[in-house]
Amino acid sequence: MAEMTMIEAVRAALAFALEEDPDVIIFGEDVGIDGGVFRATEGLVQRFGPSRVRDTPLSETVIAGLAVGASAQGLRPVAEIQFMGFIYPAVDQLVCHAARMRNRTRGRLSCPMVLRAPFGGGIKAPEHHSESTEAMLAHVPGLRVVIPSSPARAYGLLLAAVRDPDPVIFLEPKRLYRATSEEVADNGEALPLDSAFVLREGADVTLVTWGAMVVETLEAARQLAEVEVSAEVIDLGTVKPYDRAAVRTSVEKTGRCVIVHEAPLTGGFGAEVAADLAETCLTSLLAPIRRVAGYDTVMPYLRLEDRYMPSTDRILDAVHYVLEFE
Amino acid sequence: MARTRQTRTTDPGAYLDAEGTLLRELPDFAKSRDTLVALYSAMVRCRTFDSKAVALQRTGRLGTYASSLGQEAVGVGVASAMAPTDVFLPSFREHGAQLIRGVTLEELFLFWGGDERGNDFSLPKRDFPVCIPVGTHFPHAAGAALALVHKGVPGVAVAVGGDGATSKGDFYEALNLVGAWNLPAVFVLNNNQWSISVRRQDQTAAQTLAQKAVACGLPGEQVDGNDVIAVREATERALERARSGQGGTLIECVTYRLGDHTTADDASRYRDDDEVSAQWKKEPLVRLRRHLTQVHGWSKADEEALLRTCREEVDQAAENYLATPPEPAGEMLANLFESLPRDLARQAEELGDG
Ligand SMILES: Cc1ncc(C[n+]2csc(CCOP(=O)(O)OP(=O)(O)O)c2C)c(N)n1
Ligand SMILES: [Mg+2]
Repeated sequence: MAEMTMIEAVRAALAFALEEDPDVIIFGEDVGIDGGVFRATEGLVQRFGPSRVRDTPLSETVIAGLAVGASAQGLRPVAEIQFMGFIYPAVDQLVCHAARMRNRTRGRLSCPMVLRAPFGGGIKAPEHHSESTEAMLAHVPGLRVVIPSSPARAYGLLLAAVRDPDPVIFLEPKRLYRATSEEVADNGEALPLDSAFVLREGADVTLVTWGAMVVETLEAARQLAEVEVSAEVIDLGTVKPYDRAAVRTSVEKTGRCVIVHEAPLTGGFGAEVAADLAETCLTSLLAPIRRVAGYDTVMPYLRLEDRYMPSTDRILDAVHYVLEFE
Repeated sequence: MARTRQTRTTDPGAYLDAEGTLLRELPDFAKSRDTLVALYSAMVRCRTFDSKAVALQRTGRLGTYASSLGQEAVGVGVASAMAPTDVFLPSFREHGAQLIRGVTLEELFLFWGGDERGNDFSLPKRDFPVCIPVGTHFPHAAGAALALVHKGVPGVAVAVGGDGATSKGDFYEALNLVGAWNLPAVFVLNNNQWSISVRRQDQTAAQTLAQKAVACGLPGEQVDGNDVIAVREATERALERARSGQGGTLIECVTYRLGDHTTADDASRYRDDDEVSAQWKKEPLVRLRRHLTQVHGWSKADEEALLRTCREEVDQAAENYLATPPEPAGEMLANLFESLPRDLARQAEELGDG
């Protein structure tokens, strides 16, 4: 066991994957000698050599397309997009190729690739460096979208993503990279994909979230406990395909649900979670489902960033609304 | 004989002119009657498939189809130079190449008939399926080349795309990477002068498409894309370079799209019949047939036998395709991931297995 931040856990998982499978290769912008702008790959080129850890030219299309081609021919590329704000040229390759290669060849070729990208707000980064558009990717059939929310989950889910036989988009909440550290066993044990994590058990209300919003949501649950409200906190972990059963089971127990995400409200992934509950848990629901999300606007520059991000107070307001609803 | 100049601006080199007259000494492979007959047969087979496919589409038994009429020398020349360990990445117009690689006529009919099983090739197991989003397969070729290097396979990734595809960033970005990483990849351009209704000269002000290699630090070469010998010879040289660790090459094959863009297109809206008639005089089959007749005693009987064999084979494949029942609907979900995520179980149940 070692105390690790999330960025250290990502690095440890990458090193473990490189060590265990000679077909794993890493590439992206500045991932070599510089170790990535967030240092996720620090030391890896020295340890595994430049044929396993490669700096690419500055081309997101090529990074994703290279991963498609290499994975379809038997490698297990773990490619890095430097910031999710620059993923869009790569989205063409993800949607048109990575997501459908297995299906359109009826399993003859597949894309066991991982595309990692730091994402989300909260670190006062420049324009284009703070968005969270996971719902856009989650809408694409054939892609897995995985978002860790702690060092241990980053380690276990990243290893699972690398070993998975299909493409995984691995979005790392950069606000959490160095926010906290915890004990992580660097033993190569993966955590299950497509499974939610119950971070806190409770009986009165279910709070569903993922990524960096886990922080505010857990804080809200802590404050609720002080006033004798017991909140269950579920971290989806894998946003697509998500663990519907876990969310339903919880809401059947609590009868109330608040969904929290940083991405804009409309068409955000919370809409899918809410719709599923409306379809399947209507008779258990004691109050309308509420969503606490980013606003439907362009991510503001850093001076207004805090006003955009869902706060613990906004979560508490929503929880009180569903608790008091009659 | 093997020209190494980087680009040509006019009159790309050919071995045979449109009349089948020998312009210069043939490369060794083209001195063999058997090899030439094989190349000619492959082009005839491709053209026979093309006309059958168009006929099936016109009678509602195939989906929208992109004919390679007049461009057979590109695919056949390229694929005939390749080894089984190489990886082929086709655009949607390289049936001739796919057939040589071992894709079956039935598989081609299935693909164009709207059945994913057409991409589950029985023979070239590692070849990529047709790429529909124009030019987006060039980055895959770089990735495939990287995989070949990584696994120590002495293979080369060969991608073919159109003149229109060269305007895409994908093409340029991938070519740039092939240069920067010295990857064993060959990019072939089927310059058929048209990108649906947009002429080659309106696509780019570059004098040749081959020139686009210069900025990426790679050799680029223009060849007569109606001369299957020239295409094959240039491809062989490029493959040899790649295999010996010298990296990638761009080959521009200058040819002409004699047909409509696809069966959904009507080219008379944007181009004159006169232009097309003039190009018919340069098409790739006639010149090789004349050469075979003049030099290798190819007879009328040989020709008729070949046409008959191709027709029978293609007709039989079409019948097999038409007799193939559609897959059970559940296959549309069953192949999305290696194993069906729990999340999709209800939808899979709804589709059932019928
Ligand atoms: C990215 C993309 N844009 C548009 C289209 C629609 N489209 C299909 S083929 C084509 C023209 C392609 O021209 P070219 O690359 O010269 O190939 P050709 O069809 O002549 O073989 C277009 C615009 C497409 N398939 N993909
Ligand atoms: Mg064209």
